[in-house]
Order: sequence, then C-alpha cells, then structure tokens
Amino acid sequence: MLKTNFSKQLDRFPLNVNINLGNEIAVLTGPSGSGKTTTLDCIAGLQHPDDGFIQLGDNILFKGKQKPAPVQNRKVGYVFQNYALFPHMTVKKNIEYGAKDASLTSQLIDAVGINHLMNKYPAHISGGEKQRVALARALATQPILLLLDEPFSSLDHQTKVQCQQELVRLHKLWKIPILLVTHDRHEAESLGHRILHIEKGVLKEDK
Amino acid sequence: MMHSPFWLSLKISTIATLIVFIMGIILARIISRKIFPGKSLIESILLLPLVLPPTVIGFGLLYIFGQKGWIGSLLMDWFGIRIVFSWIGAVLAAIVVSFPLMYQSATAAFSNYDQNIENAALTMGASKVKVFFTISLPLAWPGLLAGLVLTFARALGEFGATLMIAGYIPGVTETLPLAIYFAVESGHMEEAKIWVLVLLILGLSSILWLNWWTRRNMLTTSKE
Repeated sequence: MLKTNFSKQLDRFPLNVNINLGNEIAVLTGPSGSGKTTTLDCIAGLQHPDDGFIQLGDNILFKGKQKPAPVQNRKVGYVFQNYALFPHMTVKKNIEYGAKDASLTSQLIDAVGINHLMNKYPAHISGGEKQRVALARALATQPILLLLDEPFSSLDHQTKVQCQQELVRLHKLWKIPILLVTHDRHEAESLGHRILHIEKGVLKEDK
Repeated sequence: MMHSPFWLSLKISTIATLIVFIMGIILARIISRKIFPGKSLIESILLLPLVLPPTVIGFGLLYIFGQKGWIGSLLMDWFGIRIVFSWIGAVLAAIVVSFPLMYQSATAAFSNYDQNIENAALTMGASKVKVFFTISLPLAWPGLLAGLVLTFARALGEFGATLMIAGYIPGVTETLPLAIYFAVESGHMEEAKIWVLVLLILGLSSILWLNWWTRRNMLTTSKE
C-alpha cells in the first residue's frame, strides 16, 4: 500500500503528487518533463520532495522536515529506463547483488525465463533480455513496491508485448503495488488497472 | 646504491603517487558530486598547480613548510620533523604538482558511467560503502589507473618546486631531474645521458603499459 501527498518545486512548475495505491498496476503517463521520473525518484528516495509525506505499508519514507528514510531501507524496487545493469558483472552477479533468498531468486529466474543468460555480461544480451534481468534483479530484493521507468520504450513491438504480458503475469504472482511510467497511451491502457496522467506537475486520474 | 638518484626518485614518486591517488579519489568523490557555495573556488585552488610555474609552488611550499612557516615551525616544534632540505620536502613538492592530474582523472572517471547504476545498487539495499567498492571503483578503474600513471610520471619529473624546497643534497634529495641538471652544470655529460635514458625508458614504458592495459580492458570486460 503506497500513500503519497507531496510537493516539489521543479524548474518551471511545482510538482504535486497525490497517489493512493493498493496491490495494483498503476500507470503514470504524461509528456516529457512533466515530472514522471522525479515522482519515481522521490518515492525511491533518490530525490526528496520539499514537503508532504510518502508512506509505504507501515513505513513513513518521507514526512515534512523529518529526516527521510535512506534509499537502502525503503524496500522499493526500481527498474530504470536504461535498466542500469552493472556492466562489469554477469547476469547472475547482477541478480544476486541484492537478493535476499536463494531459492526465491532461482524461482524468479525461472519465472522470467533468463536461465540461459546467467553467465553473460549485460553488453552481450538483447534489450528484451536486459529488461527481464532488470526486473528479476529488482524483484530478487523482495521489494514491497515496484517502480518502472519507461521499461519497454527501447524494445521492438513484439518483444514489448511479450514483456508487458510477463509483467502482468509476475504481478499476479508477486501481488505488490507497481507504478509504471510510460508516455505510450496504448501501453497505459492495456497494462494499467489505473491510469494517472501528469501534466506540468499536476496529477489527475483517468476514470 | 639505495642513495642513487634512481632509487631515491622511485621512492619519492611512489610515496607521492600513493598519497595523491587516494587523496584524489576521495576529494573527487566528495567535491565533484556535491553542489555547495564556494565549490568552484575550491576546485580552482586544487587545480592551480597545473597552471603555476613550479618555482611559484616551491616558493609557496617554503612559505608554509619552511622552518619559519606556520606548518613547518609546528612540525619542527612538536615532532622534530624538518621538511625543507629533506626527502620529505621532495615528496611534498611531487604531491602538490601531480595532484591536479589525479583529481581531474578521478573526477572524469567517476562521471564516465550512468549514475543510475549506483542508484540501482542503492535501491537494492547496498550501503554507500558497498556501492563504492563494488560499483563505483570498478567502473571508474580504467580512468583512475590512467590518472595514477600520469601522477607517477609527473612526480618522477618534478624539478623546480623540488629544488626550491628540498634543495640539492646528493644522496638525500638528489632526484633524477636534479641529478641531470647538476651533472650537465658540472660538465658530466656522460652521467647526465644515463639518467636521461632512464627517465625516457620509464616514461615510455608507463605510457606503453597504459595503452596496452586500456585496450585489453576494453576487449575483455566489454562495457556498454
């Protein structure tokens, strides 16, 4: 359960994010520069709001002038736009880096279907494979919230559809709130249980 | 033998390089990532030795570390350590002149990869120390190593500032560049030739090694 109500002054306008999210997939859409990535960064703790609060489950991640919870303790999985895989580690090492439980990790590797990639380096796998590795790597840390920043934007159409279906399937297994950023309207409609639209820092929910 | 200019130079440059390598990495990490008032002034001061003549650096070092200088007199009173006319003075000179090279290399090396790679490690629960040693350091390593070689080469070649603070004392502060200068000065061209050759070989081999290492590194780890 994610609850946020925070504000942050961006370069050209203030960002206001009021989200209540259960164990569902919410898609955040909006034009470039509207504050989508900043929203994810604030929830993950890579940037901080100016005011307001962010609560995840029972944990207060951010509240007004209190010291924000460190990134490491937030239990927020984050799949970055370019995946940010560790280029000097094999796929196996990437996934094990923050993994909590070995048996769960191997289940996860099976579920995502990347068993054959374990000893390869990120530079030697395709975009769709990187996306799967990034997803497995984030889930292996057993997060209670998953953030995805344009996870399918660099994939060709066929791979994109495949990965989207896989995400929906994984969500049924994992049952955690997922907040996904995209500027693809079609993707938003086919994936999201809920669609949130952000423009110039103002967030509205499409009914 | 241990007091020959060759070994003395090697000792002084190695110690200076190790200190500069570690200091450069730490300062590059702390300063280049943060935005604070006076940042550009501090960075300018750190890079100043790059544009100043070595004699000005030597003068500054004498002013600070000389027997009447404010740090020099404290060191003398408290620990009985004398910087001027000692090999420590030569190390100090080498540190100051070579520091900007390491600082620049380290700053570039740490900004040469996607910063989200570090962020990803943080969101996966890794402490900042773990992220530094398992992510930042290996990814920045080629650039840091280039800085190390440049630092060593610069430290090895230091002349002006060394002469001003450490002086020319055979067997104590007589580094290779000093040995060459004073050999020529006193007409010992044969001796000067040998030391010139040694410096040429050291310089050339470090650049060759660096090139080889960089190329090998690019082939094997094949970063994105």
